[in-house]
Amino acid sequence: MKIKQVSVFLENKRGRLYEALRALADANINIRALSIADTSEFGILRLIVTDPEKAKEVLENNEFTVKLTNVIAMAVKDKPGGLAECLKYLYDANINIEYIYAFVEKSGEKAVVVLRTENLDKTISVLQEKSVQILSWDDVLAL
Amino acid sequence: MGVMNMYWNKEAECIPEEKLRELQLQRLKDVVRRAYEKVPYYKKKFDEVGITPDDIKKLEDIRHIPFTGKVDLREVYPFGMFAVPLSEIVEIHMSSGTTGKPVVAGYTLSDIEIWGEVMARCLTMAGTTKNDIVQVAYGYGLFTGGFGVHYGARKIGAMIVPASAGNTRRQIEIMRDFGTTILTCTPSYALYMAEVAQEMGIEPTTLKLKSGCFGAEMWTEEMRKEIEKRFGLNAYNIYGLTEIIGPGVAHECVEKKGLHVFEDHFLIEIIDPETGDPLPDGNRGELVITTLTREGMPMLRFRTRDITSIIREKCACGRTFARIERIRGRSDDMIKVRGVMLFPYQIEKAILEVQGVEPHYQIIITRPQYLDEIEVMVEMSKETFSDEVKQIENLKKKLEKRIEEIVGIRVKVTLVEPKSLPRSEGKAKRVIDKRNLNQ
Repeated sequence: MKIKQVSVFLENKRGRLYEALRALADANINIRALSIADTSEFGILRLIVTDPEKAKEVLENNEFTVKLTNVIAMAVKDKPGGLAECLKYLYDANINIEYIYAFVEKSGEKAVVVLRTENLDKTISVLQEKSVQILSWDDVLAL
Repeated sequence: MGVMNMYWNKEAECIPEEKLRELQLQRLKDVVRRAYEKVPYYKKKFDEVGITPDDIKKLEDIRHIPFTGKVDLREVYPFGMFAVPLSEIVEIHMSSGTTGKPVVAGYTLSDIEIWGEVMARCLTMAGTTKNDIVQVAYGYGLFTGGFGVHYGARKIGAMIVPASAGNTRRQIEIMRDFGTTILTCTPSYALYMAEVAQEMGIEPTTLKLKSGCFGAEMWTEEMRKEIEKRFGLNAYNIYGLTEIIGPGVAHECVEKKGLHVFEDHFLIEIIDPETGDPLPDGNRGELVITTLTREGMPMLRFRTRDITSIIREKCACGRTFARIERIRGRSDDMIKVRGVMLFPYQIEKAILEVQGVEPHYQIIITRPQYLDEIEVMVEMSKETFSDEVKQIENLKKKLEKRIEEIVGIRVKVTLVEPKSLPRSEGKAKRVIDKRNLNQ
C-alpha cells in the first residue's frame, strides 16, 4: 500500500526547479502531486509521477541527485476537519509525521493526501483500523 | 611477522650526534665551495646576496645561502646545474615535469655509489638481506624509482626481480612463482595489485611477501594498514626526489614512527613556506634539503615543497639520524587561514569519513571583513541523499564538525548538486582563494 515518491535534491539556484520539470516533461512524464521543502540553502522536490523509475533515470541523466522514497497516499473526507480527524489517529498512536502534501485531483468525493511518517507500516495499520482509505498504486494512476 | 631491527652501515647510521655535526659541517663547506666554483648559477646567486663559500663557518650559516627552487632548475635545463664535466656523468635521470620543462639530474660514478649505499640502508631497515627476493615494481627508465631500488638491492646482494611498473598480472604470477619476499612500488599500485591478485584467484596473504618499501607519492596511515592487512606484510614509507638523488633520502625503521633522513649525505631544514624563515624542530613546514656529498649535481637548499616536521628525539632503533614525519602535503596546496596551516587532503579525509564515498568538493576562502572564512562546497552524493530536510541538515552539521576536528577551524559546509563543481583534466581545482591580501 506504499507508493513510490521521487525526491530530488535542489540547490537554491535560479532555474533548477524549471530544469528538473523540463526534463520530466520532455520524457512525457506527468506529475500527479508535488511539494517542495526549502531551506535557505537547498530544497527537496518531492513528486508523485506516472512512472517513478523512468523519472529517476531521466533526472539522474540530467545530473540531479534522486531518490525513490516510500510514502502513503490516503483519501480523506473533503470537508472541514477531514484531514484533522486522520491526523488525530496518528497522534493517538504516537506516530510522528515527516511531511505531508496534497494531490491536485480528488478520488471521488475525497481529497488525496501524501504522507510520510517515521513508521510507514505502523501508520498503515493504524489508518486501516480506522477505515481510512489508503490508495494503491493503481488507485493513484487512475486518479 | 615482525621485522628485526638491522643496520646496513651501523657505523654511519649510529654515528654520535656531535661527530655527525662535525662531518656535516666539513661536507657542507666542501659542497658549497664546489657549487660556487663549478656552477655559474650558484656563483651568480651567491654574488647577488654578497656571500662567498668562506662565510660558511658553522652549520647555521647555511641560512645565508639563497634557496634553489624547481623553477631555477628548469631555467638551466638541461645540464646547467652540473658541477663536473659531462664526461664524468655516467647516468641521467629526469623528473616527470607536469608543467614546463622537466628537471634533469646527472650522476657521477661516486653519486651512483652513494645512491646504492643509502638505498641499501633503506632496504635493510625493511628487513632485506642477501637471502631475499626483491621485486622492483617501480618504473625503470628516466624515473629514479626503479634504478634506485635496484642499486640498493644489488649492494645487499639480494636477488633482484626488475619487473618495472605495469603488467600487473605478470607481477603477481612472478610474486607467487618466484616467492618474492620484498615488494617495492607506489602504495596505490600495491593496493591495485592486491585487487588484481584476488581477481586472479590468488589470495595476497598466501604470497611470501614479508615487507614492502612504498613511496613516490603521498599516502596515509590508513593505506598502510590496508596494504599490511591485504598482503600480510610490513609496509614501510620511503622518501626521495629526483632533484636530490631519487629514492633513498629517508626511510622508516622498524618502529614506523617517522622516516630517518640519511643526514651524513643530506642536510635538512624546515622553513615557513610563505616567509622562508627557518622553523624550530617539531613545527610543520616545508622541507629544504642540501646534498652534502653529491658530485654531479650539488643541490644547495632545495625547496622540496613537501610539508613535514623534524623529529630529533632519539629513536628506539638506535639510529642517531633525525626523522621526518610522513609527508603531510605540498606547500603549493597549503592554505593559511587565520594563521593556521591547512591542506585540502585534510578536508577530503573528513568528508570521506562522513560520506563514505570519494568526495567532490571545493574550498572557498574569503575575508568579508578582518577574519578569514572558509566555505566547503560538497557535492551531495546519491548514497547520502535523504529526502528529509532534517537528515540533510544533520549531514551538513556532521561534516562541519568532522572538518573542524581535523583542521582546527570552524568552516561552513554547503551541500551542492552533483557535478556542479568544476572539473578539470585530472586534478580538480580544489581551492579558490578570494581574499585580496594585497590591499
